[in-house]
Amino acid sequence: MGLLSRKATCNTHGQDSSYFLGWQEYEKNPYNEVNNPNGIIQMGLAENQLCLDLLEPWLMKNPDALGLKRDGISIFKELALFQDYNGFPAFKRALVDFMGEIRGNKVSFDPNHVVLTAGATSANETLMFCLADQGDAFLLPTPYYPGFDRDLRWRTGVEIVPIHCTSSNGFKVTLPAIEQAYRQAQKRKLRVKGVLITNPSNPLGTTMARDELDLLINFIEDRQIHLISDEIYSGTVFTSPSFVSVMEVLKDRNLDQTQVWERVHIVYSLSKDLGLPGFRVGAIYSNDPVVVSAATKMSSFGLVSSQTQYLLSAMLLDKKFTKEYMAENHKRLQKQQKDLVSGLEKAGIRCLDSNAGLFCWVDMRHLLKSNTFEAEMELWQKIVYHVKINISPGSSCHCIEPGWFRVCFANMSESTLKLAIQRLKSFVSSIGMKSQSHQELKSLRRKARNNWVFRLSLQSFYDREQDTTTKVSFSYRPHFMSLSNIAATLDAAA
Amino acid sequence: MAIEIEKPSSVRLSKVAISKTHGEDSPYFAGWKAYDENPYDEIHNQSGVIQMGLAENQVSFDLLEKYLEEHHEVSSWGKGAPGFRENALFQDYHGLKSFRQAMANFMEQIRGGKAKFDPDRIVLTAGATAANELLTFILADPGDALLVPTPYYPGFDRDLRWRTGVKIVPIHCNSSNNFQITPEALEAAYQSAESMDLKVRGILITNPSNPLGSTIQSSVLNDILDFAAHKNIHLVSDEIYSGSTFSPSEFVSIAEILRNRNYKDAERVHIVYSLSKDLGLPGFRVGTIYSYNDDVVTTARRMSSFTLISSQTQHLLACMLSNHEFTQNYIKTNRERLNKRYDMIIQGLKKAGIECLKGNAGLFCWMNLSPLLNEPTRQGELELWNIILNQVKLNISPGSSCHCSEPGWFRVCFANMSEQTLRVALQRIHKFMEQRKVCSVNQ
Repeated sequence: MGLLSRKATCNTHGQDSSYFLGWQEYEKNPYNEVNNPNGIIQMGLAENQLCLDLLEPWLMKNPDALGLKRDGISIFKELALFQDYNGFPAFKRALVDFMGEIRGNKVSFDPNHVVLTAGATSANETLMFCLADQGDAFLLPTPYYPGFDRDLRWRTGVEIVPIHCTSSNGFKVTLPAIEQAYRQAQKRKLRVKGVLITNPSNPLGTTMARDELDLLINFIEDRQIHLISDEIYSGTVFTSPSFVSVMEVLKDRNLDQTQVWERVHIVYSLSKDLGLPGFRVGAIYSNDPVVVSAATKMSSFGLVSSQTQYLLSAMLLDKKFTKEYMAENHKRLQKQQKDLVSGLEKAGIRCLDSNAGLFCWVDMRHLLKSNTFEAEMELWQKIVYHVKINISPGSSCHCIEPGWFRVCFANMSESTLKLAIQRLKSFVSSIGMKSQSHQELKSLRRKARNNWVFRLSLQSFYDREQDTTTKVSFSYRPHFMSLSNIAATLDAAA
Repeated sequence: MAIEIEKPSSVRLSKVAISKTHGEDSPYFAGWKAYDENPYDEIHNQSGVIQMGLAENQVSFDLLEKYLEEHHEVSSWGKGAPGFRENALFQDYHGLKSFRQAMANFMEQIRGGKAKFDPDRIVLTAGATAANELLTFILADPGDALLVPTPYYPGFDRDLRWRTGVKIVPIHCNSSNNFQITPEALEAAYQSAESMDLKVRGILITNPSNPLGSTIQSSVLNDILDFAAHKNIHLVSDEIYSGSTFSPSEFVSIAEILRNRNYKDAERVHIVYSLSKDLGLPGFRVGTIYSYNDDVVTTARRMSSFTLISSQTQHLLACMLSNHEFTQNYIKTNRERLNKRYDMIIQGLKKAGIECLKGNAGLFCWMNLSPLLNEPTRQGELELWNIILNQVKLNISPGSSCHCSEPGWFRVCFANMSEQTLRVALQRIHKFMEQRKVCSVNQ
C-alpha cells in the first residue's frame, strides 16, 4: 500500500519539511509587543494589515451585508443555493468597477469577461490548465513570487523558464533576457506558451514601465504566445509612477480589436489590496471567450463562497467607501515604506526604489562574506537567529544575484517596524566588529551542521501558509561551496 | 500590410481547455437549459418546466434561518467585530480548528456515534467537487483508472477526469439485484480496465448512492473493501448524502466498517463529505476529505491551497455546527421531512402506475419507465425523456446520463421544491400516464 500518484510524491509542492528555519523559528518564538518583545519579527509575510481598522466600522454600518439580508429581508436561502459558476452578478459588476477605479478608469472591464476563483492561487493555476499542456513552459522574469513554482507547475505539469533580471538596470525586463529565456526553453525542448509577469512586482515592489510592457506585448505578438499579468498588487501603488496595466497599453496602441488582445489575461485578487486573504477572492480577466468559457467551468473546483460574494459586492458597490479606503491605504503604505527605507538607510542598507507592494527589495550584498548564495544563506540565518527577523532570501525568489532580500512592512504596526529597524541597525554595526563576528559565524555553522539537514539555496517562503519553508527547483545551478551535512539537491524533476 | 494568418485557437489553448470532458454537452445539461428558458413558478408561470433534475435540499431552510436569527453574532464576528481582523487574515490551509472540530462532531452525529472522526484528519476544500478532483490527483496519475459503479452522478465525468487525465471504468450494476455492487461486477470492471491497459488505482463509491437514493449494505461495503485490499488499490467513499438517510439506522459508513475491522486496510480509505446536500448550502462551498492515510492528508492539505473555504464561511459554520442542540434537532427534523417527501412522491408515482427502486436516502428517487420505451435502447430512453421534458414539462435526469446500462430509468428529485409544486408535478405525471393508457387502448 501507500501507492500515491507522482504528483503526490514529488516535491513540486515545494514544501519539504527538512528545512525549518525561518518560518518554524518564527512560529516557535513569535514577536509580540506585550507578551514576547524579544521574539522573532515576521517580515516574510506579504500581508496588508494596515487598513483592517477601516473595514470594521463599515461592517458595523452595513449589517445587511453581513447578515445576508437585502433591504432588511433575509436572502439567506437565495445565497445558500447560489452555486452558479458564472458568479454573483452584482459582485462581478462591483469588482470590475473597482478594478477600473484602481487603473484611474483609463480602462474599463466587462463583467462577462471575469471568472471568479478561490484566490489568485487558484486563478493562476486555472489559467495554466487553460493555456498550456503538460510539458509546456511559461517564461517568468526573476526574481518572482516563490509560490509560482507550486501554483503554475505542480498539478499542471507546466514548466517555468526564468527571464533573468539584474540590478544593473533595476531588475527591469530586457529584450535580450526574454530572448535568452526563450532559447533556453527551446534547448530544453519545451514549447513556450506564454509569459507571466507580476505587475506591480513581487518581490521588487515596483510597477512596470510602459516600455517594458511594450517590449512584452511586441514579443508575445511576434511569437504568437500568451501574456498573463498578475496584477494582485495593483491597488498597493502608493506613489508615482502611477500604475499602468497591460490592458491600458494595449488600448493606447489600438490593439484592442486584434488577435493579441485575446492573448493577454489578467489575474486579480482582494487578498492584498483589501487585506482579505482568508476570504479567497480571486479573478481571471480574459478577452478570449474560449478561455473565459473553459476557466468558468474549471472554477467549479474553486468557487468563491456566495456568502463572501454578497458581503463584498455590498462593500465594493459603496464607491465612496472604496475611494476613501484606497486613498488611506496608499497613504499608510507609503508612510510605512518610507519608514523602512529611511531606517535601513541609516543602517547603511539600501533598497531598490519602489512605489508599490507590501515589501521592499533590500540590497544586503555588501554584508555578504562572499558573492555567493551560501553567503546569502549564512547572512539569512544570522538575521533570523541573532537579529530575530524573518525575511525572504532572494534565492528563494530565484534571483541570480546573491545578497538581495524581500522585507515586508505592511503586516505590522509602526512601533514593531521601528523595533525591527533598530535591531537591524545594531546588527549592521556589530558586523563592523569583525573578529567577534567571525567567531560567531563559525559556531553558527557548527550549529547548523549538527542540528539540521537542510536544502540549500532553494528555500522560499510562501506568503500564505504558516508552514515550513520550501524546496524549489531551478533551471540553472547557482555556484556555492558545499558544507558537510547539507543536502543540496537541485531537483529539476516535477 | 502583413497578412494575418488565422491560427485556430487549439494551437494557443491547452488540450484540456478545448476538450469536451467538462461534459456540458450531455442531456443532463440540456434539460437545465429548457428549464432556464421556461421555469415553473407557482404564481407567475404555472405551465413552465418543473425542475426535477437538481439534487438540492430545500426542505429545512427554516431551521437554518431560525438559527441565524437567534444567533446574529455568528454572521458578524460579534459586536464591534473583534474577530473580523483575525478571520479576514486567516488563510492557513489547515483550516479553522474550531470548524474542523465542528465538522468532525457533525459527521459523528450523522452516523449516530458509530464512528469517530479526528479533526486533524479533516482537509477542507471548496465543495465536494473539489474534494473528488483533488483525491483523484493524489491517488492516480494521468492515464490511470478509477472504478465507479453505475449508475453514477454525471458530474464525476468532469470532476474525476477532466483536468486529471484519469479514466473512469464502470462497475456495471443492474436491476436484477436492485443495482447492488457484486464481487463479480468488481472483478469484471477490473479485468476490463486491464484489457485496455489501464492501471486501476482505486474504487469510488457514493454512499448513499446518487442516483439510486439507497444506502449500500454492510456486506457489500465489506466486499468492496476486501476487493480493494486484494488488488492493493484505494477506496473513496463519497458520503455527501449521509445526513439525508431517512432512518439513521439504515446508513452504514465505511468508517463504521473500518472500526469493526479494527482499522485494518484503513490507509487505503478516504471519505468525501460536504454540507451542500445535508445542510442545503451548496453556495457556501464546503467540502471535506477525511483520510486514514497520513500522506494523503498531508498532500491533500497542501493541494487544498487551490480550493480553500472562505474563512468567513468557516467561522459561521463553526459556530452553527458546534451548537449541539441545533445540530441534533436539524439532523432529526431534516430526515423526517425528506422521508415524508419521499413517501409522497412514491405514492404519487404508484398511483400513476410507475414503480421506483426501493430507496431510503437522498434527495431523489430512481424511477423505472422502461415499460414506456418504444425500444429498449438509449435512443428510446432519450425519446421518452424529450417527451417528458417538452410535453409533460418536467426536467428529470435520464439514466443514460448516469451511465446506467439498462435503458428506461430516470432520476427524479423531490427536495428542491415546495410540497405544492411536487403535487403539481405528480398531477402532470398522472395525466401523462392516463393519456398513454387511452392511446394504447385506442390503437
